[in-house]
Amino acid sequence: MPLQLSHLNRRFTEFAALNDVSLTIAPGEFLALLGPSGSGKTTLLRILAGLDYPDSGTVFNGEEDFLATPARQRRIGMVFQHYALFRHLTVTENIAFGLRVRSWRSRPSRADIRGRVERLLKRVQLEDFGGRYPSQLSGGQRQRVALARALAVEPDLLLLDEPFGALDAQVRVTLRRWLRELHEELQLTTVFVTHDQEEALELADRVAVMNHGRIEQVGAPEIIYQQPATPFVCEFIGKVNRFTVTRNGEGFAAGGWTPDGDPWEGRFAEAQAYVRPEQLRVAVAPSQPAWEARLRHIYLAGSVAHLDLHVPALDQALEADVASEDLSRLGLHAGMELRVAPRSAVLFPRDASGATISEERWLWHAAHRVHA
Amino acid sequence: MRHRVLPGFGISLGYALAYLGLIVLLPLAALGWKASGIGIAGLTHLLGAPRTLAALRLSIGGALLAALFNVVIGLLVGWVLVRYRFPGRRLFDALVDLPFALPTAVAGIALSTLYAPNGWLGQWLEPLGIKVAYTPLGVFVAMVFVGFPFVVRTLQPVLASLERDVEEAAESLGAQRWQTFFRVILPMLAPTLLTGFALALARAMGEYGSVIFIAGNLPMHSEIAPLLIVQKLEQFDYAGAAALGAVMLLLSFALLVMVSLLQRWSGRWAERTR
Repeated sequence: MPLQLSHLNRRFTEFAALNDVSLTIAPGEFLALLGPSGSGKTTLLRILAGLDYPDSGTVFNGEEDFLATPARQRRIGMVFQHYALFRHLTVTENIAFGLRVRSWRSRPSRADIRGRVERLLKRVQLEDFGGRYPSQLSGGQRQRVALARALAVEPDLLLLDEPFGALDAQVRVTLRRWLRELHEELQLTTVFVTHDQEEALELADRVAVMNHGRIEQVGAPEIIYQQPATPFVCEFIGKVNRFTVTRNGEGFAAGGWTPDGDPWEGRFAEAQAYVRPEQLRVAVAPSQPAWEARLRHIYLAGSVAHLDLHVPALDQALEADVASEDLSRLGLHAGMELRVAPRSAVLFPRDASGATISEERWLWHAAHRVHA
Repeated sequence: MRHRVLPGFGISLGYALAYLGLIVLLPLAALGWKASGIGIAGLTHLLGAPRTLAALRLSIGGALLAALFNVVIGLLVGWVLVRYRFPGRRLFDALVDLPFALPTAVAGIALSTLYAPNGWLGQWLEPLGIKVAYTPLGVFVAMVFVGFPFVVRTLQPVLASLERDVEEAAESLGAQRWQTFFRVILPMLAPTLLTGFALALARAMGEYGSVIFIAGNLPMHSEIAPLLIVQKLEQFDYAGAAALGAVMLLLSFALLVMVSLLQRWSGRWAERTR
């Protein structure tokens, strides 16, 4: 049964948290809601959880009208950013809570509850911590308890609100992998909210990028990364170089670089181009038709080196990423002159008022790929 | 000794102990010394007297009931003040402190005027057969009045710091509203409620000024233990007054220790292993 969200609107006094949002979530899917703070992603999650309600729009879980179902009957498991554990209950009691509050007709027996809690403790790798109170656990352990508590009620839908937001970097990465494995094992429909694009791209089957209460793009992580639908997605996901290309004669050009062709057939005079740092080809020999650039600085970040380039023809700085081993192979050092050219770019035309038009996106690739 | 950010542990501890000794322990020691003058026989005679026992029962029983009542009503008032925004909230909030500020005699006279058979409230209660002024019920009303702010004021900051997402978590796990209240909110507030209870209890047991005006002070019926002490002083029975005072002190102390143990137990989850 897919989860169908249609035309959701939610206004708070001063801004629109959700603006005509529609989304379909497939059963068993792992979906990330990604966006900056104030983009409406948490509001959307809270509406799914039944903790907030839209001003208009519908939410259907198959045939079931979710908006007419109180939160406690939606069969959801919710994990909060700040854990929201019951601090007066032990880990075991926390996990058993959702089972113990059931009416006696649907409540499992004491032995069943104990068995289920033990299995969950094992699953979240906290077998020896059942008798502890939340204040005696680390952040990562608390979040695992929160997850076990949510799973204990055997939900149809797991909702996570910035689940790793309050954890330090190392714990975060470990928990992420672990959550992914858990999802593969349980095949439970999971929606999680994050502002961390790396987290969203690494974990999710599908990512919905949100901005100003709208969904800018929904798609698989590699589509979001390689074929961003809007300028916002280009700039929000990963690092990107931005520059302007202008039409002269038959085609577009930017400081001597010309993407071949014009899909808009002369309708637009200007376009905004986005190029990922790893899509900038760097060469030492002045062979290719490309920009001249001065290498101002090299930032070595493990396996990748970030090159800080200045391109006089564009009168702006560009960033290029190369593999660390290329540094010595190409003999790169700060201060030297280089040649750079895009391998691929995403271009959005600009109308007369200067506004970009997302619907007219042009995914450009160099005709002959020449490896530097 | 480890280096500390603020120096002067020795001098501040010394000062604190000296101050505590001077302000609290010295008068208590004087009380004990004075009370010892009565002797064992005198003490058994004093405690065996039905009038003493009735007064102690009223003082302690009334104070326990009043503190319990204050915990329930104080929780309600604190909850409303913290959770809701309504016109006049600040004024309402300021009114809570009034029993702190009002001279107790004024409060007592005001209460007895209100609840007297011909008073504003008394004239309506009288036909219903409810007598408040000059009865143990009046003692209870006065004790509720003076103890009330303690519960609200201890509770407010804790209520304000309760995270809303804990309640949301309970709801999403399937808990009904009453289950969320009794299984989540109340246990988390229990240590604070007990603090408020202890303060209101201590205040009500020691209360003199407001109670004597409304109590009517009939021996064996509506006479509180502090009044008995004052009467003994007026009869120059200093040893008897001191002995009764010491007995009250011990009983209060025992009650407070019990509340404190209960509080420890109810807040065991807040203790850290390290």
